[in-house]
Amino acid sequence: MKSKPPYFWPLLALVAVLLIDLILAPSFFAFTIRDGRIYGSLIDILNRAAPIALIAVGMTLVIATGGVDLSVGAVMAIGGAVAACVIARPSDCILNGLQLPPTAFYAVAAGLVAAALCGIFNGFLVSRVRVQPIVATLLLMVAGRGVAQLLTNGQIVTFTDKTLSSLGSGGTLGLPNPLWIAAFVALAVGILCRRTALGLFVEATGENEEAARIAGLRTRAIIGFAYVLCAVCAGLAGILAAADIRAADANNAGLYAELDAILAVAIGGTAMTGGRFSLAGTLIGAVLMQTVTTTILTRGVSAELTFVLKALIVIGVCLLQSPVLRSRLRNPA
Amino acid sequence: MAPVLEATGIVKRFPGLIALDQVSLSLTGGEVHALMGENGAGKSTLIKAVTGVTSPDAGEIRVEGKPFQPRAPHDAMARGIRTVHQELNLVPNLPVAENLALGRLPAGPFGIRWHEVRTRAEAALARIGVTIPVSRTVGALSIAEQQLVAIARAVDRWAGEPLRVLILDEPTSSLDRAEVVRLFDVVRRLRNEGVAILFVSHFLDQVYEISDRITVLRNGRLVATGTVAEIPHLELVQQMTGRSIDLESRSGARSRAILGESTTLLEATSLGKRRSVSDVTLTIRAGDVVGFAGLLGSGRTEAIRLLYGLDRADSGRLTGRGPGIRGSLRAGFGLCPEDRKRQGIFPQLSLRENILIALQAQRGWWRPLTKGKQRGLVDDAIARLRIAATDAEQAIGTLSGGNQQKAILARWLAAEPKLLLLDEPTRGIDIGSKADLMGEVERLRSSGMAFVFVSSEMPEVVAASTQVAVFRDRRMVSVFAGASVDEPTLLAAIAEGAPSP
Repeated sequence: MKSKPPYFWPLLALVAVLLIDLILAPSFFAFTIRDGRIYGSLIDILNRAAPIALIAVGMTLVIATGGVDLSVGAVMAIGGAVAACVIARPSDCILNGLQLPPTAFYAVAAGLVAAALCGIFNGFLVSRVRVQPIVATLLLMVAGRGVAQLLTNGQIVTFTDKTLSSLGSGGTLGLPNPLWIAAFVALAVGILCRRTALGLFVEATGENEEAARIAGLRTRAIIGFAYVLCAVCAGLAGILAAADIRAADANNAGLYAELDAILAVAIGGTAMTGGRFSLAGTLIGAVLMQTVTTTILTRGVSAELTFVLKALIVIGVCLLQSPVLRSRLRNPA
Repeated sequence: MAPVLEATGIVKRFPGLIALDQVSLSLTGGEVHALMGENGAGKSTLIKAVTGVTSPDAGEIRVEGKPFQPRAPHDAMARGIRTVHQELNLVPNLPVAENLALGRLPAGPFGIRWHEVRTRAEAALARIGVTIPVSRTVGALSIAEQQLVAIARAVDRWAGEPLRVLILDEPTSSLDRAEVVRLFDVVRRLRNEGVAILFVSHFLDQVYEISDRITVLRNGRLVATGTVAEIPHLELVQQMTGRSIDLESRSGARSRAILGESTTLLEATSLGKRRSVSDVTLTIRAGDVVGFAGLLGSGRTEAIRLLYGLDRADSGRLTGRGPGIRGSLRAGFGLCPEDRKRQGIFPQLSLRENILIALQAQRGWWRPLTKGKQRGLVDDAIARLRIAATDAEQAIGTLSGGNQQKAILARWLAAEPKLLLLDEPTRGIDIGSKADLMGEVERLRSSGMAFVFVSSEMPEVVAASTQVAVFRDRRMVSVFAGASVDEPTLLAAIAEGAPSP
């Protein structure tokens, strides 16, 4: 008997939630086409899940190395703030000294570079200084938001550039751009990990770092890479979030994003202890959570309940994945 | 005398194989019973079945005549059946005293009585005749000392319950001779108290030294059981392997020409590190097998760590490779470490991935091996080293210890290193596997690969090596080559300076 892929149970849960929607409100699956773009609850779910999915892809690799990155929410804020500052050039902003041309390209590039620097900082602390990941990234989780606020002087920086804002709110071939971007990044990371030996190296490092080192892997570089990739994903998500509302809000951008991303990874069947990871599972996890949120909101259930219901579903999926419980159910002796 | 523990007709199936097929075992109080068999013969599974770790598919277990169906290891312990596993189950970050008290910390009105924890731990160690400071962290102890702590815990555990059966799974594989003698004293004392002891070991001499009866398993079946007198040495080996092995047939170092003109791979001059090992002076050439002989803790593993770059030397000179592990890898060196669980395997990853990781690391992440190439290499390794696994995608953590060891060897053989450092590669593996492994070493040596070979078994070192470095008290004391390599010489070098008995 071939064992089920790690994303089997979250996929089943996703199908179950969608079935409930189908029964309760068939209009959930309705599509309309306006101005050459497809609208509908399903598209909306995917669009809203995109930023978390993006972060969760990077988070999957970090968790697979046996670590965790709590700073992704703050890095989102930094990425958005840098992009907004480059393009809007608010007075007194220290980034003005860089004299970057205020175009969308430089805004995005500067945001990603800033995020990558955050990742290098995390990776350095974890792989070289050997600070425990949860502590190391907690530093930037706290300080990073402060950095973003310093960049924006505590103000919400607004911009009007059409190219940049279309990244967050525009569409291509009928589908929203964040969805395309998230799908592209997930696919690229998937190919990078599974068509090369990088995925195996990450898994080996997370399984047994000392054995990996002895076997010839550059474990510190691998761990550092995971944190940089994760931060760049977070920075990109921050840019998309800022582009969507044409503003960088350093106080609120990416708030609790780290928790949603970690949940998506956990639901997707990647163990928090490191080792084997599943990007497909992570993506399904991110979509599942957004589906639940959207379902609850469209059913008119109070928003407060959302979090509790989400938690229940997460527990359910995790229990289904638990080998202990499954063997109990199979042999109820 | 009625058996303390009697298992009859035990059957255990795993997907694709029958691990135990109608196996019976009977242990009498006051005997040492050796359980013998090669890797994968079913020894571990049988132990797991009688201790409640797994439940058998068929068969009956009785303890003192009463039916016994353990659901969890806890049940077995409560009936006085305790196990010391080969892979020690200690908490490395806790001190010895707390490890010994785990699960039964004495509580008073003001919380845990720490003083009592310490005194009890000292008493438990004293009972097996060991003095280890109980405040030391277990992780800081040598493997041998950790083993003794684990034995002390099993003997002492739940003092309220009588110890009926003590299962020792490879207890001596990390002990030096003095420690083995001390352990056997404890074993005999427990036996005289009426405890039944099940002793699993690959050291045949030790089995005959300590055991009263022997049970032999092969491929999940019971092939022989009887008193030590009924199953002599050669018979035992033949029963275990199912084939006759001529133990004397291996050629010694004397018959082996040393390749005088071959290239020097690594040269160490007075290499040392404080508190670790000193005076390592060696020249390793292509086609060499450099045996490291010496007692446990004599500095052999420490020397390996220096040579490979896991530790940085603070004195002496080393030529032949760049600094650190990366220097070793670039020079084409490999290391099979002593501690397989901590430094060797990736338990959740497949056998295939475990075998290919070193070669893949050599190629870099951007040049993955093709599926076909992977299959070819893995199938070849599995066949050549006779690794027993259902298929290459099986998680390596589910294989037996000996098969894991072979897989780690296969990992390096696939990477085709110029020099492979083998630290106790034969520890805990059976005779047939040893022969497979040593055969590979000799075959590769003659094609120009070099080895450093650490083993506690002197005949193996003598048989395999072109030169032998002797370690004593964390110093390399001498090197023997060619005709001067024989057991008496090495033993004399190891024992030199030791008080004569």
